[in-house]
Amino acid sequence: MPITTEPTGRQRTPQRLGDRVFSGASTGAGVLILAVLAGVAAFLLVEAWPAVTAPAEDMPGGEGVALYVWPLLFGTLLSALLALAIAAPLSVAIALFITQYAHRRVATTLGYVIDLLAAVPSIIFGLWGVSQLAPLTVDPTGWLAENLGFIPLFAGPASSTGRTMLTVALVLAIMILPINTAVVREAFRQTPRLHEEASWALGATRSEMIRMSVLPFGRSAIIGGSMLGLGRALGETMAVAMVLSTSGGVTFNLISNGNPSTIAANIALQFPESTGIKVNALIASGLVLFAVTLAVNMTARAVINRRREFSGAN
Amino acid sequence: MATRIQVSGLDIHYDRFLAVQDVSMDIEPRQVTALIGPSGCGKSTLLRSLNRMHELVPGARVSGKVVLDGQDLYGPDVDPVRVRRHVGMVFQRPNPFPTMSVYDNVAAGLRLNHRRMPRSEMDGRVERSLRAANLWTEVRDRLHRPGSGLSGGQQQRLCIARAIAVEPDVLLMDEPCSALDPISTQAIEDLILDLKSSYTIVIVTHNMQQAQRVSDTTGFFNLRAAGEPGVLVEMADTTTLFTRPAKQATEDYVSGRFG
Ligand SMILES: Nc1ncnc2c1ncn2[C@@H]1O[C@H](COP(=O)(O)OP(=O)(O)OP(=O)(O)O)[C@@H](O)[C@H]1O
Ligand SMILES: [Mg+2]
Repeated sequence: MPITTEPTGRQRTPQRLGDRVFSGASTGAGVLILAVLAGVAAFLLVEAWPAVTAPAEDMPGGEGVALYVWPLLFGTLLSALLALAIAAPLSVAIALFITQYAHRRVATTLGYVIDLLAAVPSIIFGLWGVSQLAPLTVDPTGWLAENLGFIPLFAGPASSTGRTMLTVALVLAIMILPINTAVVREAFRQTPRLHEEASWALGATRSEMIRMSVLPFGRSAIIGGSMLGLGRALGETMAVAMVLSTSGGVTFNLISNGNPSTIAANIALQFPESTGIKVNALIASGLVLFAVTLAVNMTARAVINRRREFSGAN
Repeated sequence: MATRIQVSGLDIHYDRFLAVQDVSMDIEPRQVTALIGPSGCGKSTLLRSLNRMHELVPGARVSGKVVLDGQDLYGPDVDPVRVRRHVGMVFQRPNPFPTMSVYDNVAAGLRLNHRRMPRSEMDGRVERSLRAANLWTEVRDRLHRPGSGLSGGQQQRLCIARAIAVEPDVLLMDEPCSALDPISTQAIEDLILDLKSSYTIVIVTHNMQQAQRVSDTTGFFNLRAAGEPGVLVEMADTTTLFTRPAKQATEDYVSGRFG
């Protein structure tokens, strides 16, 4: 064919001005984002460095930067993973309800309400968590401490204010629910009819059809959506800062007053009163958070993208 | 196992749109019945009303009778799920479960029907179905590899194996070869002729040579007029329908003088 055998070997389509402006602008925007990201990373590295090299006793707590950051990282991971453990199954259930069971009008309304949740500022969740949810958890956690206290998670003593890791996890779960649900719902909605019909034709009930066709198709979206939610929970600041009562230590006890803080909440609470090397210590903790969220988000994207290859019958 | 299907006075709607009107026909056991007709005349719609797949489309409904083995499929306390376990279906595009292995694809229906089937019996049924679908020799060494890794023709035979593994009474096929090359088509046609001794088979096809090669009886569907519902114009044994059709419309269609 004449078109593909041009003597230069490489095809050049003539460029229009509009195309060139548009591609220039979008390339510029892309580069800018990368530059900002690199700038932030560089700032964190440079400002965190003094905390790493400083003598251990200059750090808050007096045992070096690693031991300073570790409880915070632990608190961050614990609250986020706990929130995820609550939100992930819930979002799958909601997505299934919306895409498979609900009447179309109910489904649309519910989908809309869930999306609205995403628009609520986190300070509102914080307010609600500390003034409404926390008091509500006091009695149930008291019961947990009394009856299931042998499980380390519920060792107690139960907090009398309810400002516990458990409450934080619940608030965070509600906050990440919209993004989790949105990703999973989209995947479920896109289950190829072909695969659904394969199940139906074998005489599957709806729940069997969901298990054979919908869930396998949505599996990577469930993982990807969860990790996006996790990323959000890791970085959440205000809600945690307002709700969690912190007094240090690394513990799996979810219902007491003595909780480790999270990196983000700790920075928000400490930064205004910090000077000198203490600021560097906070920034070092920020660097750790940055790295963790970046890794989680990148993994999430990778998992979600992999779904494209898995298109099913070809 | 094979069963007669008696359709009478069947009207099929999509919401308020009447797609197929007043179809009555008898489908004989251990025979291949072909449904032919121009695009959009409701062949697939009719086929999907025979295993109650039609009603899965929101708003879709069926009125009239489909009697299988003396029982009306649309009777008041008939469970559509049970119907579909007796009336298997193969689709136009091969649709093996992409995350399942070849073995699991064939076993999928069995697992729905017999949760506690012993492994050895399951192995036997899977092998038997794959042999019946003329696929065994090609996949025996990769039973535990993904079913979506097979060629299109192999995937379609895998879908046939999956459908017959549950030993249905009837096998419905909606243009099963239209996505396949001539060799794979030949393989499926041979398979249909093999399966005919044990199943009642209904096949929709646009390929009139195929209808003549595989079917014993042929039904010709047509739109009554543009925008009107599809109707069954004529049904007769295949040779008669293609050589001495009773209706002018059939004659025009099978001789290519359509429209
Ligand atoms: N899901 C649906 N919703 C609404 N109308 C539909 C739907 N599926 C099919 N129809 C309509 O029903 C009529 C019959 O369609 P059907 O798919 O049964 O035709 P067909 O004979 O199988 O055509 P083809 O040979 O192209 O497969 C057409 O007018 C079509 O537009
Ligand atoms: Mg069709």
